[in-house]
Amino acid sequence: MGQTFRRITPQLVTLALVVLLVTVFFPNFLAVSFDGTRFVGPVVDVLKRSAPVALLGVGMTLVIATRGIDLSVGTVMAISGAVAAWAITSGYGLVGAVGLAIGAGLLAGLWNGCLVAIVGIQPIVATLILMTSGRGIAQLITEGRILTFSDPNLAFAGSGSVLGVPFPTILWIATAVVVALLMRRTALGMLIEATGINRAASALAGVNATVLLIAVYMASGFCASLAGIVATADIRGADANNAGLWLELDAILAVVIGGNSLLGGRFSIAGTMIGALIIQTINTGIMLSGFPSEYNLVIKAVLVLIILVLQSPNLAADWLFLKSMLKARRANVRSETP
Amino acid sequence: MSINPRLYPLLATIGIFLVGYLISYLQFPAMLSTRVIGNLLTDNAYLGIVAVGMTIVILSGGIDLSVGSVIAFSGVFIAVLLRDTSLHPLAVFALLLIITTVFGAAMGWLIHALAMPAFIVTLAGMFLARGVAYMMTIDSVAISHPFYSMLTSAYWLMPGKGRLTLIGVLMLISVLAGAIIAHRTRFGAAVFALGGGEQTARLMGVNVGRTTVLIYAFSGLMAGLSGIVFSIYTGSGYPLATVGTELTAIAAVVIGGTILTGGAGYVIGTLFGVLTMGLIQTYIVFDGTLSSWWTKIVIGLLLLIFILLQKGLLRLTAFGEART
Repeated sequence: MGQTFRRITPQLVTLALVVLLVTVFFPNFLAVSFDGTRFVGPVVDVLKRSAPVALLGVGMTLVIATRGIDLSVGTVMAISGAVAAWAITSGYGLVGAVGLAIGAGLLAGLWNGCLVAIVGIQPIVATLILMTSGRGIAQLITEGRILTFSDPNLAFAGSGSVLGVPFPTILWIATAVVVALLMRRTALGMLIEATGINRAASALAGVNATVLLIAVYMASGFCASLAGIVATADIRGADANNAGLWLELDAILAVVIGGNSLLGGRFSIAGTMIGALIIQTINTGIMLSGFPSEYNLVIKAVLVLIILVLQSPNLAADWLFLKSMLKARRANVRSETP
Repeated sequence: MSINPRLYPLLATIGIFLVGYLISYLQFPAMLSTRVIGNLLTDNAYLGIVAVGMTIVILSGGIDLSVGSVIAFSGVFIAVLLRDTSLHPLAVFALLLIITTVFGAAMGWLIHALAMPAFIVTLAGMFLARGVAYMMTIDSVAISHPFYSMLTSAYWLMPGKGRLTLIGVLMLISVLAGAIIAHRTRFGAAVFALGGGEQTARLMGVNVGRTTVLIYAFSGLMAGLSGIVFSIYTGSGYPLATVGTELTAIAAVVIGGTILTGGAGYVIGTLFGVLTMGLIQTYIVFDGTLSSWWTKIVIGLLLLIFILLQKGLLRLTAFGEART
């Protein structure tokens, strides 16, 4: 526990700084009130709106830990949303709609996983195929329209609340906790890290890397389908063109901000979740404090650059070299002065 | 005499384009007119130019996700400068090309200096370029300069009333220039070497840092040029334009037979990749009953076919080498 905490300290500090900065510009940012049925306030809003990126981030963290990447998650969101809206309007009921949408996500993950693990295509290309063609599939399902529905049960997934807390918030926190426990209380997390560091070596050590990779991409598809259901339920309609558009990049950003290396290996789902919160706090903060939202992308770019510099293996080597130099000099000074 | 196996993907691309054209022609005889060909070149001019830059990047084993945003930035930059200053468009073009080239070079330098994946560095570049475009304007700005209307209406009337426009010709020139750079210069040889593997390239005496900077600078230059062409084509600058063009360009390069891991491919193949994608769109327009989303599905299928083809080819050559 203490180790996990130390691991995500930089992310927590960043989040605190961002929150502090937003509070300076918008003093009411931390105010939360209870309006009789639910909590309201900017912080609650951040927790609710970070749901899609956080959900995608859970799957993306696992995929990136295997040294892969899943570019198709935004598109899978659109497909799952379209399936859910289509199923509910065709009378399959809530369970049918959610089940079919999750099924679509799992199927998309299976497709990606097979291309990566069995055919051996590099992940960025394998998932690019679904990314480009998937929106076409989603449009086939919605027949090119924005498929709206009025079922209150499905809409609950987007705008309902349990004990005053928005349902999307509960969903992403629960997903993150369950997946994190599954990874850390069993050997799964370690096996994924092993595959990410060296697939051939872990295969020799007896890890069934092929099945593991497929499972990881399916997990990513599953998370994307949950995000798709939330997004569709939120606007009570499936928009094949815009649902989840460019969210794959936000999800990757959340993973990177969370301190996970794009080169695979060790991962932290908690880190990614804080990364998603940082991104959403910045989004909401910029909106609230009256800055034009156009600054958003530039700030994100600067953020990525800073993280790149911090993560760079070259600079890390330089830093170690500098440190050892200093140490050597100090040792020299000590030995010269008797 | 046997054909070099490296030519297979290129031949497959050209073959698919010709077969596709034949099928379209049999169904709609009007497809075989200089008008359609002229429009095919004009409509895909900006994509073709940016795909040439992308081909060089991918040949070196890298990727450049920033180009779509750079095109949008270019359009906005030109439109805002022409609206607010009295500079001549040619001066604005020169300024823009310098900016985008330096932008690309800076990304190349970061990729080399930080030793980080090109994917994430150019992702930051993508955010930055589109963010700056947003900061200049959030509306679509129309370009109304007499020089621009001259550029838009500059074309050569081909036999059969087809229009070979200036921007179409510009694309063909870019492809030619890209092909010469990639296949006939020292820099091109260094790009191929880098695509084969950084360590081996270094052992061969390639200056890896300099080559990486030049590759992304070239991609930036091409994206800027593509932005100019796009602004001529649409007559305006809009910060939300060409979202996702980087992925379309990557798809065109892959369909054009360039191997995504780098080290093998032809710039001329990319031209056919772009034309094949344009052909699908033209076919859908001619048909009239198919919806435009079929374009995406067919392009995805083509991508899959070409990647599988490349995989099979790599396995075949590996098998051949193992046997000898």
